[in-house]
Formats: sequence, C-alpha cells, structure tokens
Amino acid sequence: MSILGTRVIRTEDPRLLTAGGVYVDDLRTPELDGAARLTFVRSPVAHARITGIDTSAAVSEPGVVAVLTVQDMTDLAPPPPDDGSGGGGGEAPMPLGGPWAEPLLAVDTVRFVGEPVAVVITDGRYQGEDAADLVTVDYDPLPVVIGPDAALTSESLLFPAAGSNVPVTKEAPADDAPFDGCEVVIEQEIVNQRLACMPMEGRATAATFENGKLTVWHSSQNAQLCRLILCMALGMAPEQIRVVVPDVGGGFGAKVGIDRDAIIVAWAARKTGRALRWAETRSENLVGMTQGRAQLHHIKIGGNRDGKILAYRIGVIQDSGAYSRMGGFLPMLTCLMSPGVYDIPAVQAGYRAVVTNSTPISAYRGAGRPEAAATIERAVDLFAAEIGMDPAEVRRRNFIAPDKFPFATKTGALYDSGRYEEALDKVLAGAGYPELRKEQERRRANGDVRQLGIGISTYVEITAADAAAGETAKLEVSDDGTATVFTGSSPHGQGHYTAWAMLVQEELGIPMDKVTVVHGDTDLVPVGVGTYASRSLQLGGSAVYKAAVEVKDEARRQAADMLEAAEADVVLDTATGQWQVRGDPDTSLSWGQVAGHTSGGSLIADVSFTADLPTFPFGAHVSVVEVDTETGKVTLLRHVTVDDAGPVLNPVLAEGQRHGGIAQGAAQALLEEVLYDADGNPLTSTLADYAAITAAELPSYELIASETPTTVNPLGVKGIGEAGTIGATPAIQNAVIDAVAHLGVRHIDMPTTPQRVWTAINEAQKASNQ
Amino acid sequence: MKVDLTVNGKDVTADVEDRMLLVHFLRDVANLTATNVGCDTTSCGACTVLLDGESVKSCTVLAAQASGHEVTTLEGLASDGEMHPVQRAFHQEHGLQCGFCTPGMVMAIVSMLKENPHPTEEQVRQGLEGNLCRCTGYHNIVRAALAAADEEKVTA
Repeated sequence: MSILGTRVIRTEDPRLLTAGGVYVDDLRTPELDGAARLTFVRSPVAHARITGIDTSAAVSEPGVVAVLTVQDMTDLAPPPPDDGSGGGGGEAPMPLGGPWAEPLLAVDTVRFVGEPVAVVITDGRYQGEDAADLVTVDYDPLPVVIGPDAALTSESLLFPAAGSNVPVTKEAPADDAPFDGCEVVIEQEIVNQRLACMPMEGRATAATFENGKLTVWHSSQNAQLCRLILCMALGMAPEQIRVVVPDVGGGFGAKVGIDRDAIIVAWAARKTGRALRWAETRSENLVGMTQGRAQLHHIKIGGNRDGKILAYRIGVIQDSGAYSRMGGFLPMLTCLMSPGVYDIPAVQAGYRAVVTNSTPISAYRGAGRPEAAATIERAVDLFAAEIGMDPAEVRRRNFIAPDKFPFATKTGALYDSGRYEEALDKVLAGAGYPELRKEQERRRANGDVRQLGIGISTYVEITAADAAAGETAKLEVSDDGTATVFTGSSPHGQGHYTAWAMLVQEELGIPMDKVTVVHGDTDLVPVGVGTYASRSLQLGGSAVYKAAVEVKDEARRQAADMLEAAEADVVLDTATGQWQVRGDPDTSLSWGQVAGHTSGGSLIADVSFTADLPTFPFGAHVSVVEVDTETGKVTLLRHVTVDDAGPVLNPVLAEGQRHGGIAQGAAQALLEEVLYDADGNPLTSTLADYAAITAAELPSYELIASETPTTVNPLGVKGIGEAGTIGATPAIQNAVIDAVAHLGVRHIDMPTTPQRVWTAINEAQKASNQ
Repeated sequence: MKVDLTVNGKDVTADVEDRMLLVHFLRDVANLTATNVGCDTTSCGACTVLLDGESVKSCTVLAAQASGHEVTTLEGLASDGEMHPVQRAFHQEHGLQCGFCTPGMVMAIVSMLKENPHPTEEQVRQGLEGNLCRCTGYHNIVRAALAAADEEKVTA
C-alpha cells in the first residue's frame, strides 16, 4: 500500500517537543564558545542627514569590544558608480541599485526608523544595550514621506539623485472603451494594508572568521542564496564562506536570503576576528525585518445586470518602504493574478512602486497574490451588491470554464488546471449556504444587534513562479541500508523531513526511519534554491522523486549483475525493500547489499529538477462572522475551505499549512496593521501594540478535500503554503461587509477593526438619513 | 548577586547580574535553550515555564525572584523517556510546525490543564490568549490541548 496520501505524523517532532529546536541563538557549538554579542544602534528618526557620530562614551564602557560605524567599512569595495541606467527598476525580485541602492550601515542619510547606523560589540548581553545607548548620533531632520500618496506628491525625495520617489512604473493603459458599453460600472479605492511578517523567531545570526573562512549561522529560508549575497556584499569567493541554517522559527517570506543587518554581523566578525552572536529583539524585528503587502489599489469593474462582468481595471501603488528590495516584483505578481478565476473579456492592470520613509517591504505569505485576490474578490462583491445578485451566483456566471484549460489570461498567466465552480459548490454545500442566508434574513428582519455576515471568495494563485530555477536533491543509499537526502529546499516548519522520507519510502521501499534529511549547510548542499513561493513539494519533492528513480535504475543494474539476471527481470519489492528476480522469491537482495556491491559502497544520484511552468492552485472559502452593530466588534464564527493543490502527499502537513494560512488571512482581514504617524514614527513596534492574532479570536476551521492534479511535475502536485491566506483574507473581509450591507455599507477597508466597522455603519446611517 | 534555583530537579547556583531575567538565566547559565524569547513586552508566551508548578513568562521574572524556587522547563517535562501527555498530544495532533512557540505553548497548557482538567474549546482558546503562534493557526494546538485533557482523564 502506498504511503503517499496517508496521515503520517512528523518525524521531526519528538526532538522539538522534548529538547526544543536548535535555533541560531540556541547554538552551543564550540566555534561559538565565548562569542561576543552584537547590538545595533538604529535610527530613531524616519528621515535625516547624519551630521556626526560620537562613539567615545560607548567605547569606554565595561565589556565593550568595539563600536563600529560605516567609517570602519574600509575593507569593503565602494558601491559601483551610478551608471545612469536607473538602478535596474524592473520586475525581478532583486534590490534596486544605482541611485536607489541600500547601504549596509547608514552612510550619511537615514531613511526609516530602525535603519542600522552603528554596532556595539560586547562580551555580555546586557552590556550591549547599555553601550548602544551611549552612542551619540546627530541627526539633521529631513521632510518625511509616509504613505503612497505622499510618495507621489511630496517634494521631499528619499534619493535626490534619482529625481523621484517612483523607482518602477508600469501603468495600465487607461482605455475606457470596454467600460462604455457596461450597464453597471463601479470604481473603488481599496487599501491592502502593511503587515508585519512576524515569525516567532526574529532574525538571528552568528558568525566566525577563522583561517580565511567565514562561517555564518543564519535563520533563513535558503542558505545558498545567503552565501551568494554574502559573497557579493563582502567581496569573497563561495569557497571562503559557509552558511549554516539550523532550525528556523518561521519565515513567511521575510527570511528569504539575508538582510543587511545580518550581513553586517558577518562583516563585523571578519573585521574583529571575534565570534559574534546577534538575535534581534521583537521591538527591533517590528521595525527592522521586512514587512508585507502595503498596496493601494484603484479599481474599476464593469458589467451587465445579468451578472456578466465585462471589464476590470486595477492600478496598484506599491509602497516599497525606504529601500526597494523587490523592485516591481510584488505589484507585477498582483497584476498578473488580478483577474483571478474569472473569464473577463477586458482586463487592464498596471502599477507604480514608490519609496517612503518606512521599513522596507518584501515578500510575506503570498507576496503579491493575496493582494490580487483580495481586490478582485472585493470587486466582484461590489458588483454583485450593485446589481442585487447573490455573490455566489455572480461568481458562477463568470468562472473560467473547466474545458478552457490550459487558460491564457489577459494578464499573461497560463493557468494549468482548475475546477472553480466545483470548488464553489463544495464549499457552499459544506458551509450550508442556503441555511446561513436564511439565518441572516431572520436576524435582519428582527433587527438583531448581532448581525450575521457570509463571505465568499473563489481564488486561484500562482505557485513556484520561478519553476525554471528548480531545486536540487542528492540521494545516497549506503551499504548499511540507510538513505540520506541532501535537499536544496529548506524547511522552517513545513515538515520536509517527514515528506521527503515518505517519498523515499514510496519509491525505494527503504522505511522512513532509515531516511535522514540534510539541508541548509552550504558545505553539504552547495547548490539549492530554498523554501518560498509554495515551491517545496512541486520542485524539491519532485527532485527527490527524480533522484530516487535514478538510484533505483542504478540499483537495478547492480542487482542484475549480482543475481546474474537480465535487468528487465530484476524487480524491487517496495513493501519489503528487497530486490528479486521476478518470480523467484528465493533470490533476494537488500538495499545495503546492493549498495555494497558498488565500487564506492553507496548508490548516489545527484539531480536538479526544473519545471517548465508554474502551477495554479485554486479554491473557495466561505466565512461566517457575527458583527455587533452597536460596537462594531466582529467575531469570526466559522471558516470553511476548499483548497485544491493537487494530490496531497500527507494530509497532516497540508492541513497544517491551510490552518496557518487561514489564520494569517484572518489576521489581515480583522486585526493586524503596521501603522506610522505623519513623522514616520512606527506606532506598532512592540507586540503590545501590533495586534497579532491569537487563539481567542479564531474558530476551528472546516476543511474540505479536493485534488486536481497538474501535469507540469511528476508528482502532479501544486503548492499549498500560501493558499489559505490568499483565500481566507477576502472571504472574511467580504463576510464583515455582508453583515452590515443591509445598513447601507458597501465597503470597509482592512483591517475591519471595531472602530472601522462602527464608523462605516454610522456613516451609512447618516447618509441614509439625509 | 548569588542565586540558587532548582531547575528540572537539579540545583543551579550562580553569581549573576541583579537585572538578569529568568529566561536568560535558563538559557545562558543553565544552558537549557528550549525556552525561547519571542518578544520584549510579555505578549507572546514563548518563554513560558513553570515556577513552583504554575506557568509564568520567564522574560518577566528576574532570576533573583526565582531564587529558592523550582523551575520546570520543556526539557524537564518528560519522565523516564516518556513524553508528557501534552507533548504526546502535540505530536499526534500536529500541534507544531516551526517549533519556536512550542515549549511555551506546551508549558502553558500543562499549567492550564492542572487548573482546569476538562476545559471546553472556548476555555482553551481564552486560556492561550497570551501565547502566540504564527504557523499553526492554533487549530491543532487547541486540538492537542483537548486531546491531552482527554488522555489525562483516562489515565487519572
């Protein structure tokens, strides 16, 4: 019986549950014995010229090893001169250079609260905080730019040499013709607010420099990219740097690669020759770690009263924060996925990316796609409300039909497979949609204080968008019968140890408990891409599968030789892991015997798997909320989902991904928002201020299975890591608005906090009384 | 100042700074690193341990305050190589992903079930309001707590 598709609990858990994980700051490796602590001096102002830094008081503090500023970075090559090309303002997920370039330690200007200005290195933990307070920095304030509108209109420029605050522009053609024939046209401004990624483990780095080799332990989603970035930043060759990623306490996109802060730690270890440790505090994390979303959308949707949508336009303004770490990548993805699951004859999508005096924006669970889904799903609901049709019915009338796949969208995506109406039918049945509508009618008729809201979203997303970059796997079967998988994919909670071992057991019949998974060490896995963009199973898993097939082919040749049989007659019994001559159970060779027959004593396949195309998981969510119309308080009562990412390798893991995704979607819809005042001071820089969602604000979720395979990889799988977030966010926002729609409310931006909901109800009532 | 704690049944004595937090004492002095630091405002609960059997956030207790008292961390929960029912339930119910909040979650639930051996789902959710998790959406953590309560009921 196949192990794939069965509920296997995780092999990594007993260690995490009894000893705890070994995260960067937990490392007690001998190389880090006596390591000094590094503490950052960060800018307390959002935009200023630095006119002086006085480190003298700090240097004489007890325990201080060194205080370093940009003046000490004389061992680094100066940034390349601005070649006038604009800094490469394209759509690759890369930091912009040229006039927009981000330094390591601040040079002469700070551009957001939290920007690293100096570092203090001390023997002890608390000494660092004391000494950092004694570094005096003189700031000459500059006018602050906060929010996308200000970026476009302000005379204050973050990078005067660039000449504007807009590094990347790809605007939509403003062609009104498709809207002219529509019976109904709606325009709306929609905010997709800035969020903190907030992995429970913040950023953490340790580094040593010995005998010309830099070793960097870093909490990251991909060790190999860290090494590449470190090579470029520090002017070193790959063989001079080893990056080790131990257990990682969550990433969610913010730990792809390595930030400037961590590069500074590595540089300081090389500079001082001391082993160093840095683990940021949460207050540092909430201003220093990249944040997500931060888009402003202007939309226009047009169609007829029969429910058919004929035209859709979206203009995105991406707040990139102070430094453009992703160029136009995030809003490009938003535009690519903007029409969602709908077959709309005319779609116009474009964007501008702007810089503001705030924490840089990068990928956060979904990275551009939740924004697309949130807005098209809101737009469809606005349209449905305007024509007075059930939002489920409007969706049904506009879905891409199942016989149209592969489907080329107007925005340039090629959807591989999808059964959108079936997903909607399943979720409506699971939720008991007609009964919910009846209950809603009853409460409305009664004028209940607590009104019921039912929100729907139907979504499609793109996973493994960089499918061509692929993933690596090396599989080694030793003469003791054990297998080791070296994977370029890099788990931080997803369960790769379990999943990869399941794939090996399935193909080779080597039991899971004899399979070891190695990742995240550039000495052991020099080439790899990493875990992000819901790519692990479809690329990393397919690579493991490919390696297993190659190992099996080689083993068959060896076994045939040992058994003096034709290769075609030698078979593997995957139930027992024994090689046999077909029909002759007396001939039997174990994996260990076959591996021992090779010249090297082991069977090895070292592969890379690439896919020609990304995949497009889809699904449908129904959310049920209760809104207290007197206080505006929203209670999420139920959340029902269909998330179809193809065949499920292990339902335990896939459901876990969906659960976590739903909670992060609910967090955006209901509670979370990073806020700044007009001077660029962060108002949410601790967990006492940032409303991270808790168990008390969430229900248990109701998950419905659905599996539509793809043909672009041998496992038939798509990504599941971000689906929950993409589907949940609009369903919950739509539910909140649906609960108060009968009071005249047509839109509430996220997060739908009590204050926002209360205000919307009251403004609608005022308007209806006039 | 000199402090003397019993940590997971063992005596740990050290001369520490007056201001040393219990969590740093556990991690840096006792070298017990399961207890994590997830915030600096007593909001996240990653550092939850038992102090004389009751859950506390060890980032908000001084090592000096814990001197003369008994501390239990995740490392001290299993006995004779057998996982505690709450640990076992986390494994069975997939109550953890990245594992960073897990030690605090497990200790908080151990304490919660001691106070209320048969909680409802709602009580579990309210009881865990001070423990943040970013991976699991809490669904399976809540299930693990309820499953552990059931198991303890059976074995009690």
